[in-house]
Amino acid sequence: MAELLSVQGLETQFRTREGIVHAVNGVSFGLKEGETLGIVGESGCGKSVTVMSMLRLIPSPPGKVSAGKALFQGKDLLKMSDDEIRHVRGSQISMVFQDPMTSFNPVLTIGRQVTEPLEVHMGMNRKQADDRAVEMLSKVGIPNPRDRMNDYPHQFSGGMRQRVMIAMALVCTPQILIADEPTTALDVTIQAQIIELAKRIRDDLGMAIIWITHDLGVIAGLADRLVVMYGGFIIETAPIRDVYAHPSHPYTLGLLGSLPRMDETGQRRLVSIDGLPPVLLEKPNFCPFAPRCKYVVERCWKENPPLMQVSPDHTAACWVNPETGRER
Amino acid sequence: MAANEVLLNVVDLVKHFPIMKGVLIQKQVGAVHAVDGVSFDIRKGETLGLVGESGCGKSTTGRAILQLHRPTSGSVFYEGKDLVKLKGENLRKTRRRMQMIFQDPYASLNPRMTVGQIITEPMLIHDMTTQKDTQGHAERLLKLVGLNPAYTSRYPHEFSGGQRQRIGIARALALEPALIVCDEPISALDVSIQAQVVNLLEDLQAELGLTYLFIAHDLSMVRHISDRVAVMYLGIIVELTSRDELYANALHPYTQALLSAVPIPDPVIEANRKRIILVGDVPSPVNPPSGCRFRTRCPLAAEICKEKKPEFREVAPDHWVACHMV
Repeated sequence: MAELLSVQGLETQFRTREGIVHAVNGVSFGLKEGETLGIVGESGCGKSVTVMSMLRLIPSPPGKVSAGKALFQGKDLLKMSDDEIRHVRGSQISMVFQDPMTSFNPVLTIGRQVTEPLEVHMGMNRKQADDRAVEMLSKVGIPNPRDRMNDYPHQFSGGMRQRVMIAMALVCTPQILIADEPTTALDVTIQAQIIELAKRIRDDLGMAIIWITHDLGVIAGLADRLVVMYGGFIIETAPIRDVYAHPSHPYTLGLLGSLPRMDETGQRRLVSIDGLPPVLLEKPNFCPFAPRCKYVVERCWKENPPLMQVSPDHTAACWVNPETGRER
Repeated sequence: MAANEVLLNVVDLVKHFPIMKGVLIQKQVGAVHAVDGVSFDIRKGETLGLVGESGCGKSTTGRAILQLHRPTSGSVFYEGKDLVKLKGENLRKTRRRMQMIFQDPYASLNPRMTVGQIITEPMLIHDMTTQKDTQGHAERLLKLVGLNPAYTSRYPHEFSGGQRQRIGIARALALEPALIVCDEPISALDVSIQAQVVNLLEDLQAELGLTYLFIAHDLSMVRHISDRVAVMYLGIIVELTSRDELYANALHPYTQALLSAVPIPDPVIEANRKRIILVGDVPSPVNPPSGCRFRTRCPLAAEICKEKKPEFREVAPDHWVACHMV
């Protein structure tokens, strides 16, 4: 299938009082039409900053996207005029955020907020926009959508608010939906509702999704491909089943080992990853995971490994093959 | 260790928070039924998991046991004494044996105290040490939780989330407690750090013979750490049984839905999994549904569920359920 989005060599830095934080270091990935891509990593690994940089949502200063391209249908998002990028963000690539409370305007009705992109980007009049918004709200499972259009965000529960957020993101039928930890603030039964909804809508509308999460459980049932990030670098990327069956980076392996599983029987000790995530004040010239890695060899301290092919369609940034413990 | 010896016995614990109205003359106009009659035992040396979604009353239960919230009614028996009836000096002395680890390691440590002061303050209060011996105790406790003993004079902001949680654990251990209430101790931490803290809790339990009440919403982690598990919904316990029984043979429809909603980190399994998706949201605890509290979302709800509150009864040895349909 055709490549819809291609991010190449993206780099983002933030200027802080302590120095320059290298949040994203040369990140490249592609997204095909209709594909669901998971970006996984712990807090501070650069997963949100990557997509925010791509959509030019990084406040500058202190942030700066210093290198790279983000080609969307052949055009570089990073070089577009402000008007062009605003049009792309509103109607072709839209975003759902983690916290459904703080991402609405509390003094505008839900109806006003869901119809706004339709009037701005699609040139609809009030009536058309209202009808379309009601249709979308009912699609995401809001009961009595026509009445609820007049309600304010605080009158919705967390799960319902996240549904409205999804409806708002989808009213202009974007080609790409970016979901940044959309279920992290929700309870598990509500999380299950939202994931089912996302799958159903994806299959209905056929759009591509980038789903950012720290939860390897949530993403397992959802994504086609996975990108694993650590310390501002992509350290592994592969089709979803390959990542879980043959994790090829010690960090991915460690993450999977540190997760308790509900379906396991008996008792085992969790495999923990010792140490702490890296401070990003310096761009390392060695492997960022080396200080915590069990498989570390001398070369890891001398050269930061690039992403290397480990099997067709599966790359990992590690000098060592963790399955054998030997250097590649 | 004597099997099944009861350490703490909770009987019909109720905690309602009043809702007041009026500016000068305040009148109670209602109550949040946070905990509405829960009864269970905690056995010596075990880990009892207490799970449920946000607002189900699990944290309030933990705090009401320690008398951090004074219960509205009910009893908490520890070594034959009812904590609810104890006051002042007696309560303080008894409570020494029960400690708590809090969820947010950023909010639960005083930023103006050094780590050494934080850890040893409870010992000074309970006259377990003197000022000149605190340094030695602080170093010993830091070592116990896997931190460098040289850190006693540092301040909390110099530590990461996982390290702060270790400091919180050291503080809880200072008084040599028998029971530790762990209130979501890992939910603020990153995945790779969660495993470190859970392993530490398990090691300490084996070494010191601790008993844990482990409050959490993460059912996979609760399965990992608990011996028995209690499931709460809207202020009541709906099911209580051993860990293996619960995960293999859950009887309450809420437990079943909850378990089926937990994602499993395996794409092959996830692709073929059938989920029970509950409709709607949890009702407000201000005005909980009549009869069975789960009936508004329950796929099995019948007429009787509206009229009669289901009894919490033992349907199989050591397997307690509150449901008319079981």
